[in-house]
Parts: sequence; structure tokens; C-alpha cells
Amino acid sequence: MTIMEFFGCTFIAFGPPFAMFLFTIARDPLRVIVLIASGFFWLLSLLLSSLLWFAVVPLRDKLVFGLVFSVMFQEAFRFLFYKLLRKADDGLQKVSQVTEAEHVTPRDISNKHIMAYVSGLGFGILSGAFSIVNVLADMAGPGTIGILGDSPYFFLASAFLTLCFILLHTFWGILFFNGLDKKRYWMIAYVVGTHMLVSCLTLLNKPTQSQPEPLYLASIIPGYLVLLVTGVLAFRTAGGSLYNIRAACSCRKGRFDID
Amino acid sequence: MSADLLTGTHNRPDEPNERTSLMSRQPSNSRSTQLDDIMDVTSASPARLIEADVGVAADDDGTPATYDNQMVRGDDPDLSLNTSNNMGQSADNIVVEIRDPNRQAPLTMDAAGDRGPVRRNQPQQQQPRSQQEEEEEEEETLLYGAKHVIMLFIPVTLCMAVVVATISSISFYSTGDTYLVYTPFHEKTEDTGTKLWQSFANAGILLGVIITMTIVLLVLYKYECYKIIHGWLIGSSVMLLFLFSYIYLSEVLRAYNVPLDYITLVILIWNFGVVGMVCIHWKGPLLLQQLYLIVISALMALIFIKYLPDWTLWVVLGVMVVWDLVAVLCPKGPLRMLVETASQRNEPIFPGLIYSSTMMWQVAGMADSDDKDQKKKKGKRNSQTSQTGSATPSLASNSPPSTPAATDNNSTVASQVIAGAANNVTSTSTSVDTGPGGGAAGGREEVDDGGFEEHLRAKGPRSNSPGNALTSSTESQQARSAVEALNHTAPNSSTARQQAGSAQTPAAQQQGNHQQADDEDDEERGVKLGLGDFIFYSVLVGKAASNGDWNTTLACFVAILIGLCFTLLLLAIFKKALPALPISITFGLIFNFVTSGLVQPFSDSLASEQLYI
Repeated sequence: MTIMEFFGCTFIAFGPPFAMFLFTIARDPLRVIVLIASGFFWLLSLLLSSLLWFAVVPLRDKLVFGLVFSVMFQEAFRFLFYKLLRKADDGLQKVSQVTEAEHVTPRDISNKHIMAYVSGLGFGILSGAFSIVNVLADMAGPGTIGILGDSPYFFLASAFLTLCFILLHTFWGILFFNGLDKKRYWMIAYVVGTHMLVSCLTLLNKPTQSQPEPLYLASIIPGYLVLLVTGVLAFRTAGGSLYNIRAACSCRKGRFDID
Repeated sequence: MSADLLTGTHNRPDEPNERTSLMSRQPSNSRSTQLDDIMDVTSASPARLIEADVGVAADDDGTPATYDNQMVRGDDPDLSLNTSNNMGQSADNIVVEIRDPNRQAPLTMDAAGDRGPVRRNQPQQQQPRSQQEEEEEEEETLLYGAKHVIMLFIPVTLCMAVVVATISSISFYSTGDTYLVYTPFHEKTEDTGTKLWQSFANAGILLGVIITMTIVLLVLYKYECYKIIHGWLIGSSVMLLFLFSYIYLSEVLRAYNVPLDYITLVILIWNFGVVGMVCIHWKGPLLLQQLYLIVISALMALIFIKYLPDWTLWVVLGVMVVWDLVAVLCPKGPLRMLVETASQRNEPIFPGLIYSSTMMWQVAGMADSDDKDQKKKKGKRNSQTSQTGSATPSLASNSPPSTPAATDNNSTVASQVIAGAANNVTSTSTSVDTGPGGGAAGGREEVDDGGFEEHLRAKGPRSNSPGNALTSSTESQQARSAVEALNHTAPNSSTARQQAGSAQTPAAQQQGNHQQADDEDDEERGVKLGLGDFIFYSVLVGKAASNGDWNTTLACFVAILIGLCFTLLLLAIFKKALPALPISITFGLIFNFVTSGLVQPFSDSLASEQLYI
């Protein structure tokens, strides 16, 4: 039973991201490197936020404090990673060129959304992994869920929220990078705002005195609504349209090429 | 963390159950003494990163004939001395050599330093190059960077995954009560100060052993005691492949409570070990060889984790960083001297000490690219002969021997690199001797090669030989790999390169079949990483995993991969052998302690309250 729950939750949380990784990233070495590098940046932001949380001893019990600053640090590091990527563009171009004869700019560089997507996914995967791996490890172990009166939906809610955050980070990555590229600063504001909003919504997960059963739906439903809106925005930003979707569904040669 | 939600026994389900397992466990003492021998071997290879590209420098018109002078140049003592200083090519560890197949010989004298082997292969007369051309060369060195990184990411990740999975599921390797003789202090006390000096003493002793063994290896190599060295290497890999895999298997069975009879066990271990020995020390499919090297590294890393006391292990990791830097980068560093001696003698790296990503055998598919299935099969078959076969073409194209005498000692470094880590030197240099008329020294293969070479020269560099594609005898495969390597090196010449590039890349892109593209463009170069690097990376990650916190493991993993990226970046910049441990292990150590100290409590409380950041 625990094993089943372990696998179920693992696949809920990491199934879609894993598929995205497999189909869009794994084949391209450059994207893998950018993915890991962006993950590293997320790690640095987490490090900084936990340093702050650890250093401010009086507020160590108040996770809200750590949460708010962590969101800020993450967006700051997203910005830093954006700067780094744009600085490294020339180098990346050289690295990813297939042959010397080909002087065409590789698609990864010419289409800026690809790297934005990859770095967003890198942020998402690492943040998702960090928030759920230890829960998953406990999940597999011997034990019975909720025997002490805790919510039986703890693991399920964790898995769905993790998935939500991984996908949100991906979309945020696209919006954020595009906003900086095109100087559409409302996008950046939107990214920071929704990040803060969704993160703060998860505060509702904590059972309180008056509310012993945590309100998971209160955080999951708005979270997925924001995910939907952000996803549509990111899709439009990256040049998607209804026509694209229809074209993608029709059978023709080379439709697996991601542009 | 969320343990409050889980109740029930937290005993590990994998506690060994002595009654149900048929296998008896060896006394630990005898094991630890056997470990000593193994330790010696790994000590010789702390951390090396070798990047080499197997590409062959071709000159402008792409005809191999122009290389006639090169072997002679190689004979010139001054020149060879000069190149050997800078080549940094070697077996054990750190060495990295980047060669660009497309790169021409550097014209300026000062540029020669970094590019020893390439320079050596150059025809003597070169047109002065324009500034622009040199800039292009610089760019070319970066060209395949991403692929190199990935070619190392995959094996490193695999090795770490094996170690982490083992550590987290089999308690045998994470609990230590017996220790190596090298670590006389067992950190039994609670006093931090005592623990500290004990761990430093342990690490010092271990480092002393490692230094001694490296120097012994160097001395043996200096005085050409190859038999002893090979005996040493073979002995240690026998031990790893048979004894340690037996221990590993028995612990896995014990942990999962699976009974197994001794007869099956013996058959399994025997087959596993013998195939491994053949693949590592003689010949075998490259993939299999790589897998065995990964397994060896993982086993060795598990041994370190099991038999080194906690604090000692961390100190040892730190000490290895310093030792790696010293041994590789100091002018008189033993590893560097080893490398230089090897490159002076134009000898390959010792088998079993180096992981090579060079996919030489895949070149074999070039001739009949329209027949993919055939290509696959053939590639596999060819790989068996790649040890000798692959070396042959490279040399043939790189530097057709002027005299048999010249080839004896002067097979170029490039050829050795091509042949991969486990090459047999003597076979290389003899089979190289294959000019159209030069097959006198050798057996059938050489004659065959000679024939094909002639055929090739007659037909021009890009000629294919589809007629031979279906032949399956070993000799013809070797010959074919020779032909195909020649075909393949031809595009490196600037004129042919244009055609080849335009012909190959669009196809590759459209197909989305990355492997094909890789094969066509990258097989001529490979990245090499010492097994010592694999071992210590895995030790770090495995030790992090043994604390039971997955966040720390993950952080170490990402940090090590990023460190590896940086190392490869530096490699592309400095173009010489670099130690692979320092950056990665430093990152890994920092992230291990910071994560387990700071991040873990933070993320644990976040996770238990289900806050998402």
C-alpha cells in the first residue's frame, strides 16, 4: 500500500515534468546543461533564503517570513540566470553549433523561448524535488497515514501542489525572460505577484486550532487556476495560438519538431 | 520530517536475516586486508580528466600522403621533448588533451605549447595564418563542448545512482564497524577535537599510501616494468570484479531476503567477472567496457564509504582535492610526470584506470549510412575489433609511416587516444605499419588495411566501399573501419569539410536522431575521465545519501555536475590536462555541509507544513 502510494504520488508530481524533459530536453546536450545550471541557481536561492531564515533567530518559527523572502530570492536568481544566459549567448552559440560549416544560428539561440522554457523547467524540477523528495522517502516506508489524526490527504495534496509548482515555474520562466527581453515589465510583475500569491496560498495548508482539517482545496484550486492562466499567457507569449494547436494535432511529417 | 504522520515500526525492511540467506558472510577482517591491494590501485588514479579527440589533423588538401614527414619529425629528439612537455596526455588521471580535427598546425612558435600533439602532426611547411583563421580555431575548440559534457554526465550520473541506490537500500554499506588498516584511528570518542585530529591523521596516512603507490607506479613505468604494472592492474580488477561483486551481490540478496544457491552464484559471478576482465583488459564492445568501468568505480566507492570512518572520509575528500591539484598541475607532480612519460613513449593509458567516451567504433557506420540496421549490427561487431582496428585507420590516415622503424616507437598520440583507454600499445604500433607496401611486419589485418588504403587513395578521400559493407569476417571489419576512418577524416580538410557539413548537418537536424548526428560529428573526439574521479564523486554523493536526507544528496549531485561543467569549460580554455576533482568536490563538500546544516531544517519544516516556495 505504501509502495503504491509512493509510486502514485511520484508519478503525479514528476510524471509530466519527466515527460517534458524526455521529449524536449534530453536529446539536446546544451539544454541539459542549461537545465542543470538553472537548477543550480535555484539551489543557490534556496541556500540564501535558508541562510536568512536560519540567521534571523527570533523569526525562525514563523515560516511566513522565510517564505516571502524565499520567493524574492528565487525571482532575483531567475533574473541573475537570465543575465547569465544572455551574456553566455555567444558562447552557447559556439558550443551548440553542429559543424563549423553551419553558420546558421542554432534554433536554441535564435528562439529565445526555448532557453527560457528550459531554465524555467530547471527551476521547477529542482524546487519540486526539494519540496517532495523527503516526503516521498517517508511515503515508501512502513507506516500508516493519518493514524494520529492527521489528514489522510497529506501526500496527495503534496504531490499535486508539487506538480503545480513545477509547471508554474516553467511558465514563469517563459514569461519572465520574455518580459525582460521585450521590456514588458508587467510580465515580470505578474510573475512575482502570482508566485507570491500561490506561495502564500499554501499557508492555508497548515492546520490551525479552529481548523484541524487543512483546507487543501483552498490552495490547490486557486493554484491550478493560476497555473491555467499562466500557462495560456506563456503559450501566447511563446507564439502559440489555436491554429498551432490544430496544426499540431493533424498528422504530418516533422510535427515532432519543437519550434 | 513528516514522521509524525507515520506511525509504525521504522525498522529498515532490509535488515539482514542470517537464517534465510544461504550465503554465509565472510569475516570482515579478511576482507579488509584484501582491500589493501585494491586501494593501492585506486590510489594511483585519483582524478584525471582526459579529453582527447581522436580526430586526426589533416592538412589542407586532405591527402594523407603529406604526413610522410611527420613520423620523421617525431623522431627528432628535440621536437619530441618539446611536445611531450606540453602534451599532458596520459593514462591515469587528469589529463586532458583537446584536439581539434579541424585544426591546423599552429603557426606561431608560442602557440605551439598547448598543442603539442597537433603540432607534431603538422606538415612542416605551413602557410602563415591570418588572424581570422586563428580566431576560428579558437572557436572550434568550443564547438563540441556541450556534447562532451553530456558524455561525461551520463556515466557520472549512472555511477552515482548505483552508489546512492545501494547506500539507501542496503544497510551493510552505510554502517561501518570494521575499518581499513590505513585508518588506525576509529573516531570512537565523542570529543570533537580528538575526532578532528584522528581524522586528519587517518587522512594523512591514506594520502601517504596514495603518494607512495603513485610513485611506485611512476618508477615502475619509468623503468618499463610493464609486466608488473599490468599484473597489478589485472590483479586488482580481478579482485573488484570477483570478490567485491560477490560481496555486493550477497549483501543485495541478504537485504531483500532472497535465497540463492551457490552453484548459480558461482556461475553468475564467474561470467560477470570473466566478461569484465576481457572487456577491460583486452577487447570488447565499448559500451560494455564503459559499463564495467562504472561498476568497478561504484564498487570501489562503496568500499570507501563502508570502510572509512565518517570524519576521515570528509577529510580524505578534502585532501584529495589538494593532492589532485598538486599531482597534476605541479611541474614535478607524479601524475603529470606519468602522463608526460606516457606521451613521450606514445603509449596509451593503462587499461582500467580511465573512462573513455570515445565512440570510435561508431565511425564504422559511415560507409553505408543508408543501411541503418546494418550499421548498428556492424557497429557492434566492429567494436570488438576496435581495439586494434580503430587505431589502425587513425594512424594510417594521420601519418602513414615512412619507415617501419619510425612506427615502432612513434605511433602518434592521436592514434592512441583514438583507440581508447584500453588499447594495447604493441598491437597499435605494429598494425599501424600499413602503407601500401608496408604490411611486411604484420599479419593478415595489416595486409588488408594496406589494401584498403590503396583502394582509398585511388578513389579519393570520400570514396565509400559499399561492396564491403556486408562482409562479416573480422579481418574485413578491421579493414573497413580503417577505410571508414579515412573517409571520416577526409572531411576535416577544409575543402571537404564544407561539403560534408552541408551534406550531414541538415539531415541530422531533420532526423532529430541525435545519435546519428553525434556519431557523424563527434565520434572522432572523446572525453576521458579517470576512474578516481568517478570514485570520489560517488563517495561524496553516497556519503551524503547515507545520512538519509535526499535533499542533501540532490544538492551534492547538482553541485558535482556543475563543477564538472566548469572543469570542462576550463579544459576548453586551457587545453591541457586538468584535475577533475577540485572544483566538483569543493562544490560538493560545500553544498553537502550547507544543505545538511541550513537548508535541510528549513525545507523540512516547509515540507511538513506543506508550504511551497
